[in-house]
Amino acid sequence: MTNAPTYLPEYIMFGLIASSMVVAAVRVVTTKNVVHAALWLVLVLGGVAGLFILLASEFTAITQVLVYIGAIVVLFLFGIMLTRAPLGKSADLDNNVAQRIVGALVGLSLLGVMVYGLVNRWSDQKIELVGSSTRQLGQTTEQISDSIFSTYLVPFEVVSVLLLAALIGAIVLARRD
Amino acid sequence: MDSVGIMDKVFLLPLIMASSFVIILFVGKRFSERVTSSIGIGAVGACFVLSLVIGAQWINRVDNPPTGAAAVAAEEACLGGPGDDPQAREGGGRGAEPGSAERGAPTGAAPGESAAVLGQEGGGSTESPSAEGGQAESAQAKRGETIPVCASITWFETAVSTSQTIKFEAGTVLDGLSALMLFVVSIISLLVHIYSKEYLHDDRRFTHYYAFLSLFTASMLFFVLGSNSLQMLVGWELVGVCSFVLIGHWWEEGNNTYAALKAFLTNRVGDTGLIIGVIVTFFAAGATSFNVFRLNEAALSGKVSSTLLLIGAIALFWGVTSKSGQFPLHTWLPDAMAGPTPVSALIHAATMVVAGVYLIARLYGVFYAGLQINNNTINYVAFIGGFTALIGAGLAFVQKDIKKVLAYSTVSQLGYMVMALGVGAWTAAVFHLFTHAFFKASMFLGAGSVSHACHHTFDMDEMGGLKKKMPITRWTFMFSGFALAGIFPFAGFFSKDEILAGAANGQGGNAYTIMLVFGLVVAFMTAAYMGRTYYRTFEGEYRGHAHPHESPKIMTIPLIILTTFATIGGVVNFPGKLTEWLRLPQTFGGRLEHYVQPEWAGRFPTLDVAEFNPWLATGSVLLALLGMFIGIGWYANRLYERKLTERSKVLHAGYTFLANKYYLDALYENVIRDRGVFPLARASYWFNQYVVDGIVNAVGVGSRSVGNFLYKYLDQGAIDGAVNGTGIVSDESGQLLRRIQTGKVQQYAALFFFGATVLTIFFVVFIR
Amino acid sequence: MLINAYLLLAAVLFCIGVYGVLARRNGVLVLMSIELILNSVNINLVAFGAWWGAQQPCGAAQGCAATIGPVFALFVITVAAAEVGVGLALVLMLYRNFKSIDIDQVDSMKG
Repeated sequence: MTNAPTYLPEYIMFGLIASSMVVAAVRVVTTKNVVHAALWLVLVLGGVAGLFILLASEFTAITQVLVYIGAIVVLFLFGIMLTRAPLGKSADLDNNVAQRIVGALVGLSLLGVMVYGLVNRWSDQKIELVGSSTRQLGQTTEQISDSIFSTYLVPFEVVSVLLLAALIGAIVLARRD
Repeated sequence: MDSVGIMDKVFLLPLIMASSFVIILFVGKRFSERVTSSIGIGAVGACFVLSLVIGAQWINRVDNPPTGAAAVAAEEACLGGPGDDPQAREGGGRGAEPGSAERGAPTGAAPGESAAVLGQEGGGSTESPSAEGGQAESAQAKRGETIPVCASITWFETAVSTSQTIKFEAGTVLDGLSALMLFVVSIISLLVHIYSKEYLHDDRRFTHYYAFLSLFTASMLFFVLGSNSLQMLVGWELVGVCSFVLIGHWWEEGNNTYAALKAFLTNRVGDTGLIIGVIVTFFAAGATSFNVFRLNEAALSGKVSSTLLLIGAIALFWGVTSKSGQFPLHTWLPDAMAGPTPVSALIHAATMVVAGVYLIARLYGVFYAGLQINNNTINYVAFIGGFTALIGAGLAFVQKDIKKVLAYSTVSQLGYMVMALGVGAWTAAVFHLFTHAFFKASMFLGAGSVSHACHHTFDMDEMGGLKKKMPITRWTFMFSGFALAGIFPFAGFFSKDEILAGAANGQGGNAYTIMLVFGLVVAFMTAAYMGRTYYRTFEGEYRGHAHPHESPKIMTIPLIILTTFATIGGVVNFPGKLTEWLRLPQTFGGRLEHYVQPEWAGRFPTLDVAEFNPWLATGSVLLALLGMFIGIGWYANRLYERKLTERSKVLHAGYTFLANKYYLDALYENVIRDRGVFPLARASYWFNQYVVDGIVNAVGVGSRSVGNFLYKYLDQGAIDGAVNGTGIVSDESGQLLRRIQTGKVQQYAALFFFGATVLTIFFVVFIR
Repeated sequence: MLINAYLLLAAVLFCIGVYGVLARRNGVLVLMSIELILNSVNINLVAFGAWWGAQQPCGAAQGCAATIGPVFALFVITVAAAEVGVGLALVLMLYRNFKSIDIDQVDSMKG
């Protein structure tokens, strides 16, 4: 164990990112300001990208930033503006108390069972990344693109059809007639 | 080197028809009817010529079977990879072949990877599940066998574990059976295409009709050539869709739409069985391949549990039951007469309905082993076939519509074929399929010709006495009728007789006596209803109001061609014994047995071929003649005027029973649909409304109400007692649940996630 | 590094997302909560991919089991984009028809 690499820096980074993500996520679902919610969401999504980098998956991280923060959040902001949401605080973003309690109960019980399952099953498993190259981890852009266009070609095609369907669906829904 | 010829390029045939479909569909509207129909006829004509060439090449291949390395290569092509002989692969001689090299490399490990990975991943995949003898022995066994010509490409691959991938292939199989089917499908389709040009003249959806006729043919060819059960499933469904479109061709009339829907839905019922069967057989064969030969091989190896095979065979047969109109799913077939008559001819003679028979013939190993055909005196397939033959013939008696007579006759004849397969008379079934295709197509087209002349009616009450006015139609119909009735020397005689002989002979010494009796009774009935139909249509006085005239040449020529085949088609499988007695050349007899029945150890059961039985043959012909005389005599002597059915209660009851089609439709629609499905739908609606939503509310806003509820019952329940209690429970819960029909999507979402949580708890904590 | 760190964080995010879906009334906010859920799934996918890669290092240029993690994370990102596109179109339509994007007002399906 003396020569085992130390993962302390990784833990520190993870702790910083994770705690900010949790705080931000809680703010997303509790804030009274719609625009703030979108900005908190940016923080969560950025945190996810950071985690991807910690996991040596740079390409996914970049995609995460580009697609989520670059496109999806902007889309959200457009949605907020197009529906003329009040830009300041508003009181009617949440459901009534009963429904919120139900939501909290369901969320907590789900969390409980997931934590139980994860702790039981995965406690002894570690991600030992130190010492292996990105290539060995199978995370280089080249490897990812190779496997998308060979092994996972069929899912890829299906996803492209899905995107087309979503495109058409969104146009049909949003057009004014 | 063996001569493969164009037999590995048979994918061209469905391709030609499919491109014809595309061309007609997209540009047909711009052309005249003449051009449109010419495209279709040209395409199917090309297929016909190709099928002739392929047939000739196949015959040549059987006469000069490949041996040695060529046989091994052919076998590998058909089994989708090396056979069960690992020694051969390790011996090195064949290691360099592209087929085995491809299979040896799993997706994960390509050449050039690091040695460690290769060592890790390469190991598992080259092990084959079982080992039976070496290359020398298998090459020995190949001599004299006729191995099909197969061609395939990799359809998709899937990794079942890190070391093993399963390759699914799409390919074509050409053996005697598929070559014969190619011939039958393309010639009938060709004649139907030609005939339709006049019959559908000036139809408002002429282009559409020709397009789907092409697609129909393409699907059937695709189905016939499919090398694995998945592909056959695709073809099967395509055929179903095309039949739906064509049966509902004149959808402006409600009846036609209804008939098309009925055909489609009934077939869906059966398709479920087929899908289950495909899955079951896939797993029964070791979950490695859908290849038909692999399935047969596994089934015949005796290593698979016979219960599993029985389930697989019965599930597959359930698909056959709907597609080939077997009891109890035959009810769609007569309604399918709503389509244009040439379509009926195509459906009933060459394409759709024989798909089921073909499926059994193709996966015969599964059925043979699953139903233990060689070890029984009766089995499910044979019985259903015989029973269907009987009830179909019975129903054909009471129809007024000439096409319906023919439809029930088809049901009956399909039952005959299925029965033949059930008793092990494989060649006889295929032979009957062949002859039936011609005489039934001829009769359908003849009926179409009659209706063309009689103001588009099919009612035999408005026909009669047409023999003078339509001589060609009359003669072709009569000859085909003789063939159907099995009168010597028409084609039907030989095939029907072979089935009867097969039933009498049985497999492994077990005679299927009950099936033989069924067969003889049906032979009698068939002749009788054909006599009736013929007499009512062509003899006596004309009872309609039109001015019948012979149809134009473009319609009669197909009739003549088909009737020629129906008349002399029997020579295709002339009985061997008869050949001896008549001192004909030896090669004249038993051709289908020689060229069509597969001889491939392990992939096709060794069948006892029944010998020609003169007594049986004479008996069945006499029965048929008797039936025909009774059928004709009944009408010729105006016996029906004595109104026997109205005087005799028993006969009347019988007539009513038949006229109502054994009350099967009533059973399906009134009992199963109205009493079964609708209440079920209502019950699930009720459940959804009251129980599911109730739980939502109990979670959401119900806590206070539940409190009240409990208080009330804890307080008073003990005193009021159970009787009072139950009444109040139902009343109160109804009231409670009524109020919570919120329609709020988030409450449903809450329930959904709550349910997911409960399931997760169940899996994580209890199942682990 | 314990894999559970990632998995537990993902579980927490997932449950926060579930809470948001159930408790929020504003349509756009519900969609944002769904994004949280999808992102937690992505964390899991990439974490398992890295875990797999660390267990079985990949060799040559192609064919590597560990890529399944990032690849499917990419698919999920794509699906999320499609989902937001359609979801916002729905919200816009909701706004047009009800002059509000409170999804608890949309109860014309109630029994």
